Amino acid sequence: MTVPKDMAEKWLWMLVPWRGRRNPRNKNPGQEEERRVKASDRDYNEKFPYADNRIRTSKYNIFTFLPINLFEQFQRVANAYFLFLLILQLIPQISSLSWFTTIVPLVLVLTITAVKDATDDYFRHKSDQQVNSRQSQVLINGKLQNEKWMNVRVGDIIKLENNQFVAADLLLLSSSEPYGLCYVETAELDGETNLKVRQALTVTSELGMDMSKLADFDGEVVCEPPNNKLDRFVGTLYWKDSRYPLDNEKLLLRGCVLRNTEWCFGMVIFAGPQTKLMQNCGRTAFKRTSIERLMNTLVLWIFGFLLCMGIILAIGNSIWEEKVGKNFRDYLVWEDVLSNSVFSGFLTFWSYIIILNTVVPISLYVSVEVIRLGHSYFINWDRKMYYGQRDMPAEARTTTLNEELGQVEYIFSDKTGTLTQNIMVFNKCSINGKTYGDVYDEFGHKVEISEKTPCVDFSFNPLRDKKFHFYDHSLVEAIKLGDPMVEEFFRLLALCHTVMSEEKNEGELVYQAQSPDEGALVTAARNFGFVFRARTPETITLYEMGKHVTYQLLAILDFNNVRKRMSVIVRNPVGQIKLYSKGADTILFDRLDPTNDDLMYTTSEHLNEFAGEGLRTLALAYKDLDEEYFADWMKRLHIASTTLENREELLASLYEEIEQDMMLLGATAIEDKLQEGVAETIACLTLSSIKIWVLTGDKLETAMNIGYSCNMLRDDMNEVFIITGHTVLEVQQQLRRAKEQILGSGRETANCSKDAEKTEQYRNDSVFEETITSEYALIINGHSLAHALEADLECLLLDTACLCKTVVCCRVTPLQKAQVVELVKKYKRAVTLAIGDGANDVSMIKTAHIGVGISGQEGMQAVLASDYSFAQFRYLQRLLLVHGRWSYYRMCRFLCYFFYKNFAFTLVHFWFGFFCGFSAQTVYDQWFITLFNIVYTSLPVLAMGLFDQDVNEQNSLRQPKLYEPGQLNLLFNKRQFFMCTLQGIYTSCVLFFIPYGAFSNTVRDDGSHIADQQSFAVTIATSLIIVVSVQIGLDTNYWTAVNHFYIWGSLTVYFSILFAMHSDGIFRIFPSHFPFIGTARNSLTQTSVWLVILLTAVICVMPVVAIRFLRTDLYPTLSDKVRHMQQASRKQRPQEQNLKRVRRTSSRRSAYAFSHQEGYGELITSGKNMKAARLFPAPPTGRIPGSSSWIESLLKKRTEMASGAAVGPLNGSAERSKSENTPVQQQHID
Amino acid sequence: MMASSYNAKEEDGHHSVSAASGPSAGPSAKSKKPDNTAFKQQRLPAWQPILTAGTVLPAFFIIGLIFIPIGIGLFVTSNNIREFEVDYTGVDASSPCFTCSQTYSWNSSIPCKCAVSFSLEQPFESNVFMYYGLSNFYQNHRRYVKSRDDSQLNGDKASLRNPSKECEPYRSHDNKPIAPCGAIANSLFNDTLELFYIDPNGTRTQIPLVKKGIAWWTDKHVKFRNPGGNNFNLTVVFQGTTKPVNWRKYVYELDTDPENNGFVNEDFIVWMRTAALPTFRKLYRIIQKKSNMTPTLPRGNYTLDVTYNYPVRSFEGRKRMILSTISWMGGKNPFLGIAYITVGSVCFFLGVVLLIIHHKYGNRNNSADIPN
Repeated sequence: MTVPKDMAEKWLWMLVPWRGRRNPRNKNPGQEEERRVKASDRDYNEKFPYADNRIRTSKYNIFTFLPINLFEQFQRVANAYFLFLLILQLIPQISSLSWFTTIVPLVLVLTITAVKDATDDYFRHKSDQQVNSRQSQVLINGKLQNEKWMNVRVGDIIKLENNQFVAADLLLLSSSEPYGLCYVETAELDGETNLKVRQALTVTSELGMDMSKLADFDGEVVCEPPNNKLDRFVGTLYWKDSRYPLDNEKLLLRGCVLRNTEWCFGMVIFAGPQTKLMQNCGRTAFKRTSIERLMNTLVLWIFGFLLCMGIILAIGNSIWEEKVGKNFRDYLVWEDVLSNSVFSGFLTFWSYIIILNTVVPISLYVSVEVIRLGHSYFINWDRKMYYGQRDMPAEARTTTLNEELGQVEYIFSDKTGTLTQNIMVFNKCSINGKTYGDVYDEFGHKVEISEKTPCVDFSFNPLRDKKFHFYDHSLVEAIKLGDPMVEEFFRLLALCHTVMSEEKNEGELVYQAQSPDEGALVTAARNFGFVFRARTPETITLYEMGKHVTYQLLAILDFNNVRKRMSVIVRNPVGQIKLYSKGADTILFDRLDPTNDDLMYTTSEHLNEFAGEGLRTLALAYKDLDEEYFADWMKRLHIASTTLENREELLASLYEEIEQDMMLLGATAIEDKLQEGVAETIACLTLSSIKIWVLTGDKLETAMNIGYSCNMLRDDMNEVFIITGHTVLEVQQQLRRAKEQILGSGRETANCSKDAEKTEQYRNDSVFEETITSEYALIINGHSLAHALEADLECLLLDTACLCKTVVCCRVTPLQKAQVVELVKKYKRAVTLAIGDGANDVSMIKTAHIGVGISGQEGMQAVLASDYSFAQFRYLQRLLLVHGRWSYYRMCRFLCYFFYKNFAFTLVHFWFGFFCGFSAQTVYDQWFITLFNIVYTSLPVLAMGLFDQDVNEQNSLRQPKLYEPGQLNLLFNKRQFFMCTLQGIYTSCVLFFIPYGAFSNTVRDDGSHIADQQSFAVTIATSLIIVVSVQIGLDTNYWTAVNHFYIWGSLTVYFSILFAMHSDGIFRIFPSHFPFIGTARNSLTQTSVWLVILLTAVICVMPVVAIRFLRTDLYPTLSDKVRHMQQASRKQRPQEQNLKRVRRTSSRRSAYAFSHQEGYGELITSGKNMKAARLFPAPPTGRIPGSSSWIESLLKKRTEMASGAAVGPLNGSAERSKSENTPVQQQHID
Repeated sequence: MMASSYNAKEEDGHHSVSAASGPSAGPSAKSKKPDNTAFKQQRLPAWQPILTAGTVLPAFFIIGLIFIPIGIGLFVTSNNIREFEVDYTGVDASSPCFTCSQTYSWNSSIPCKCAVSFSLEQPFESNVFMYYGLSNFYQNHRRYVKSRDDSQLNGDKASLRNPSKECEPYRSHDNKPIAPCGAIANSLFNDTLELFYIDPNGTRTQIPLVKKGIAWWTDKHVKFRNPGGNNFNLTVVFQGTTKPVNWRKYVYELDTDPENNGFVNEDFIVWMRTAALPTFRKLYRIIQKKSNMTPTLPRGNYTLDVTYNYPVRSFEGRKRMILSTISWMGGKNPFLGIAYITVGSVCFFLGVVLLIIHHKYGNRNNSADIPN
């Protein structure tokens, strides 16, 4: 659908700067009080400041780039500061350094950042452009014209075709389907893959596709202003002097996909940034890592420190001028501007600010960026995060968050498409007391099913679904042998359902199932030779083992959450009336004929087994019906269904009556296929103290099922709390009860407070949390969550949730997902990561510190909003434990070293101040100051920041505990910062005072002097370079060739540049710029100078080595231990050690396979829809004839809103939890 | 110094990927699969040093064992150097230069002379170097340090006529550019020191002082050059410039030897190499050893004749004359020797302490308790 954009267009867009400016998209939508939109009346609509349909996420265009980017860059304190320094340096009385010492690094920094920003923005332009230039058909002047999305205006009537993305928020006017129905897939919005139905007003649906009528349509919509509520819309349509109420059911939202509807017309109500999708996306907040925040704080501290030093030295200068300088004026007169010593001190202050500015290293920010960029590339390059099936490498979409990956404490995960593949697979079954589905080898051992296991060959069946795999051959053999029970089993699966079939071409069946579970079951029956081929309201046609058989459909006994079963009553060609029923085992087993007891016992064993493997199970039963009895029953049913009072109850009791004394056939087990390695990944992440919360739009049962199958919920958990309250009070009570139960009644204080003592409290709290050995889980549904997220309950919710090992939130809206993340972000000082694959996860992905997008089948919205993307959930383990950990480790080591280095370098000036009359004289050569940070010392530390590894990747994965220092922020915090600045101060002291002592009286070995300033400078500079090189050597744990090259190279470069700049040649060319002529030669040939350098280096490094040795020797960290082990075992080739395979060892748990709430039997029997389907022959685009019916019923049912959602009883803990999860009415969110 | 071994990280089996790659990863399809290079997969072979007892402790002992002998050597060498120092500032009323120091100002035209007597207890063998030392003189003050024009001193004619602004306020005088300009040159040390040996019988013998060879070769031959190249008629060359305010003579009158006159005058060059610290000494003259038989400066009494030109009393400075012999490590400098001995001992001691700690409390089996 996306029109391939051509390059010219793209560039045009970049060249025309303010094309999109006509629409006041920047206007705060909150100001709009109501919206009035007139159809096809652009003139009228343009009177209002409504946004047009262009979206824009980019920041610059070609003309605005330079000014805006520079402006932004100078908003960074550091850059502005260096600009300020540059200006200071131009004042001759202050200038203590020449201008190039600042401007060279500054320009370098600005350029690198600008290039990076430009690249980023270019890609944003590209993606915007791609979306904006999608085509849509707009009705202009009575004709349909192709327009780009961005040219669509509010009020336009546009035509959508099947499988197209909805371009804006539309009011549905008419559609190809009867009653103005149309179907949309809202996966991009809320992640639900099932179809939703929208229905146009009757008056507008009559417009049909008559262009002239549509063009004449001039209704005016008055509605609410743009908002982010996906499930709510209030408006009124004024047309032909009548008013029609509008609600959410008449609205097609941007981001939906039109399905099973040939065409439809809609009128644009909200466009572009004002659509509900975009409003839901939230602002693209600039994400910063906690280290960066800390870094900024530290830089401010350093500024403070700098000011202190400046003030001390300025005061010193005033005193010196007063006491000494005054008398020294014979040799050093005061200049005109210098009027008194206080003013001199003032000027000196600024001079020292300039000299000491290198404690705030400008290259720090650039180096940090470079390191992050490198880490991002390592993520992109990682073959172990590459998914071959879809040719999808992992991608770091932002380069600024890498080290935060090493500090994650909370993971918020979507379920569908993230943990699961959203594929239901018929996995096992038990028929007449025999299980099928497991594969055994010749010795009778169970074989783990893998890619290599041979599949059952279904080629005997021309109508088979080729994607279906089954591995147990015995079932097919049973079918072929004509085992009647097996046949009946599959017949049941083929008959008892509400699936619609469509046959595009002969033999090419497509099933449209409302729930994927049902689809899986019918597909299984199809492959085993009981092909459900077509249905009419009265009949179901099967293709049974090569023969067409038509069953008469007599009744559908519908599914609901109380009944937890569905049945059909059919008359087979022989004339027998049969009732086929499938449902939850607990329900069905109560209604079996007593003769089934033995079979029930075995089947129940099998069910335990299936449930233990995390499969969703269903029990199947049938019953032969007596003709007379059925006729009587049918009559009663008819009467009951026409009564007005107590109809539901009457029907229920009638259903109950007939569904008795059934014969058990067996049970099915469906696997909600988890993505590969999900359970292992979750287990591993849990071991690294990461808490995983599942936030899903899915139903409670489904979510819990997945929770069990990926090992987040276990039967050996002490308690699984289920919060399903409908009012604030209920929710509060349930949460309280849960919390009290966990804590015991003793401790009841709410820890959640935002005030100052927070940290302290949390520390206690976390200690306490760890003492809770028993495991709890909390499951909360969206409705309760809405209450729980209110201000007065959120603390309770958070406290309770944090005490639990597992938290599952189901039925949550995208915004709620974001709110939950926000909640944790707000109260816990923890790094959060959100992972998801659909557009419904976008807000959460954007809210969390780190957003990860799974590049699945469901569109790219999540990926586009994410910071990292890859194809499989299991790569998260590697992203966090390997890349994240390394990034964090490297960044911390880098920062420590960088601050150390700059303190050591700069503070020498401070000490020298006391000996040069506080005159802001530099110790070093100006060139040395210019080059120190950007040439002499940048590359070794960069190499360390890029390549260092304390522990190799295998051990990072094998020892998840290694991840913990990152969460606890141990490697770089304020304390570490103090340690490394102290080390820097110590080094600077040594660097100054050792040469000071040695030089005070010394002379060269030929008697001439060497205690001059230049030799002093060279000696200190050389010592400094050697000391910091030794230090980086000590800090580097992983010496690759690059590290060797950079470290030795930097030393070489230092000496080469030193000698070059002190050479005769360069002095002859620029005599005034290189006054150090000959100094290197004259001083570095002296033994005593080298003795001084050696002494300095040893004194600087020795204590560091001693302390580090003691620390690793006495209190080794896990990382130290693993490193020792690594070294010890390096000789022997480390054998690949797999994590223990996590298998659920679980007991029985009833899992009801239906993931839908309501049955659609009534619709099918009414058959109204099917006629309609005949009227519009199916186009080859994949429309399902008659699929509308069940949706209509859904619509109707939805209004009733009374589907009792009893929570599936959790047998593992059922006894205890019974009091907790009182079955509460569960509602749809919308 | 560190335990080490090269580790080519084991070729990790990428079975998980290879199974999934399928046909799409074939060479024909343009796969996005990242390259399997050691660099991109972060598997570069690397040396992974660890600080262990086996490396750290010997290092400390070795440093100790190397540093202590060096320190002793340095200390002994330093002690063998003869050094004698005379303070002739004339602060005390009893001091022979007291009068000069009291009466003197930059402007007085009559030089004040004084003689300081001293005696050497021990003879000075080999070459003796004569230094003048100044205390409390801030040659490292920023405004002082920058107040010079290296182009001018290098013989640049344009700079000679138009010295750098840095030289202010010693840039021009009477509308004429100052050569050499700037505060450093202006404050050139201009005392004249002469040394006499007093025979036991009372005769004064002037000791010959060599005034060449006291500056760095690079300074004398590269950094400092007279304008006009080989034109020895410096009067002409410096035409149109004036002398620094405090000077009595023009720069081309510093010496009669054309090789040592003008900007290349060695006394001037030595002065222009500013000292790092406020107390410093600068080489003034060399007393060459005459023969192997007699010491350069025999034991006995000496007189130092000072032409007292340079005022230091205003800033409480001190002027000294220092006689010193030198060794391979330069002049007398006990600091380095003591520092080496101290550091060596500390290292050794630290090594012992660490050894004890390691044996008593150390975790020698670090990897034992790692869960696997």
